[in-house]
Amino acid sequence: MMFAFDLLLALALLLSGLRTLTTPRLDRGIVLFIAFGLLLALAWARLSGPDIGLAEAAIGAGLAGALLLDAYGVLQRSKDLHSKGVAFKRLIVIALGTAFTIVLSEALLDPLPAAIDLRVPVAAHLEESGVSHPVTAVLLNYRGYDTLLEIAVLLLALLAILAVVGETRIASPSRAHPVLQALARLATPSIIVMAVYLLWAGAFRPGGAFQAAALLAAAAVLLHLVGLLPGWSTPRLRLRLGLVAGFAVFLTVAAALLRQGALLKYPPEAAGGLILLIESALTLSLALILAGLFLILSRDEDAS
Amino acid sequence: MIEWLSMGLMMIGAFFFFAGTVGLLRFPDVYSRLHALAKADNLGLGCVLLALALQAESLAVALKLLLIWPLVLAASAGVGFAIARRAHALGIAPWKKGDGR
Amino acid sequence: MTGGLLFALAGVVLFALGVAGVVLIDNLLRRILAFNLMGSGAFLVLVGLAQRDGVPDPVPQAMVLTGIVVAVAATALALALARKLHALTGRLELPEDADD
Repeated sequence: MMFAFDLLLALALLLSGLRTLTTPRLDRGIVLFIAFGLLLALAWARLSGPDIGLAEAAIGAGLAGALLLDAYGVLQRSKDLHSKGVAFKRLIVIALGTAFTIVLSEALLDPLPAAIDLRVPVAAHLEESGVSHPVTAVLLNYRGYDTLLEIAVLLLALLAILAVVGETRIASPSRAHPVLQALARLATPSIIVMAVYLLWAGAFRPGGAFQAAALLAAAAVLLHLVGLLPGWSTPRLRLRLGLVAGFAVFLTVAAALLRQGALLKYPPEAAGGLILLIESALTLSLALILAGLFLILSRDEDAS
Repeated sequence: MIEWLSMGLMMIGAFFFFAGTVGLLRFPDVYSRLHALAKADNLGLGCVLLALALQAESLAVALKLLLIWPLVLAASAGVGFAIARRAHALGIAPWKKGDGR
Repeated sequence: MTGGLLFALAGVVLFALGVAGVVLIDNLLRRILAFNLMGSGAFLVLVGLAQRDGVPDPVPQAMVLTGIVVAVAATALALALARKLHALTGRLELPEDADD
C-alpha cells in the first residue's frame, strides 16, 4: 500500500521536475521548482530521513525559491525555452541521456551487495559520540571534517558573492503593508524559539545546527521582505565576527584536540558538550551566511 | 472508536484539499483561486491535523501537531493578502459573470 | 522493489533531466534550475541506493544534508553571477550561446 504512495510521489517528482524545465513561463517554472522541493521533502520523509526533509523544505525549497524569485523579479526574462542551436546537438544529448538513464537504472536494479555497512559501527559507537541521534553523530563527530570544510565552503561562497556584487549603495527598504509587517513581527520570536529548540534537540532527535540556521535565516529574509531589515552592505566588524564564528570555533576545537594525536578526536566524556558548543557557533554563522546569500544579493539593484 | 473518528476526519480533510485543488485549477481569477486555497488550508489542514492528533502517542506530540494549524493559518492569510493586494495593484479585475473564462 | 530503490531510480531520471537541461537550455536562470534538479537526483540516488534494503543509513543522510546546503550556496553564487552578467550585457545567456 505504501508502495503505491511512493510510486505516486516518485512520478510527481519526475513530472514537476520536467515541467520546471519545459514550461514556457519562467515564473511558473520557479514556482514548480518550489513545489518540486516540497515533494522532495516528502520523499525524504518516506526514506526515513526527517533531518534531510527539514533541510530540503527550509533551504532547498524555501531559501532557494526565494533567491530564484528575487532574481526573476530583477531579470524578468521569460523566453529562451529551447536551445536555438542545432537540432542535431539536441538529438545527441537526448539519446545519450536516455542511454545513460537505461544503463544506470539497470545497474541499480541488480546491485552488488554492499561491501561495507557503516550502519553497524555507527550504532556501535553511538554512546561515545556524545549525542544519541545517529545523523548528528555522523555530521559532527564521525565525519566532522566534512562539516568543517562545508562551513568553509559556505563562507567562501558568501565572500564570492560579495566580490561579484561589489559596492552598491543601500536602498532604504520599502515598507510593506502594516498587516504583513505585523505578521513578520509576530512570527520572528516564535521562529527564534523553534530554532533554539531544533538546535538543542538535534542531539537526540532529528534537528541540529543546519535546520536551526535555516529557520533563523528564514526569519531574517521575512523581516527583509516586509522592510524591517535593510539589505546588507559590505559587512562591518560585528557581522564579520558572526560570519566567521562558526568556522573559527570549529577550527579552534579541532586544533585544541590536536594534542591528542588527531584532529577532531573528542574525548568521550566531553564530546556532548563540545558538539553543542560547535553546533551553537555553527548555527549562528550558518544563519548569517544563509541570510547573507539573500540579503546581499537583494540590495543589488541593477538596471538593465 | 478513536480510529474511526480519526479516519473520518482524515477523509474530510482530504476532501477539502481536493476541493481546494479543483478550485485552484478551475476558478477564473486570482481572487477566487485564493479563496479556494484558503478553504484547503483552514478546514482541510485542520481536519487532517485533528485526525493525526487523535492518533498521537502522547499529549505533547498531539499539541505540537495542533500548533501547526494556527501557524499555517496566519501564514496563509498573510500570503493570500499579499497576493491579492499585488493583483489589485496590477489592475487585475475580479471576474464577473459573463466574462470569458 | 523497495521504496529506496524506487526513489533511486527516480533520482537517475532527474539527474539525466538536469544534465540535459544544463546542456541544452540557453537561459541562465533555467540552467540553474536544471543544475538543482541534477543535485536533487544525485542525492536521491545516494540515499535510495544505500537504503535499498529499507533500513535507514545515517552516513549518506548526513552527506546529503551537507550537499543540500552547499547546493543552495552554489545556486546563490550562480544567481549573483547571472545578475552581474545581465547588468553588464543586458542578456541572460552566455555569449557563446547567444551567437548560435
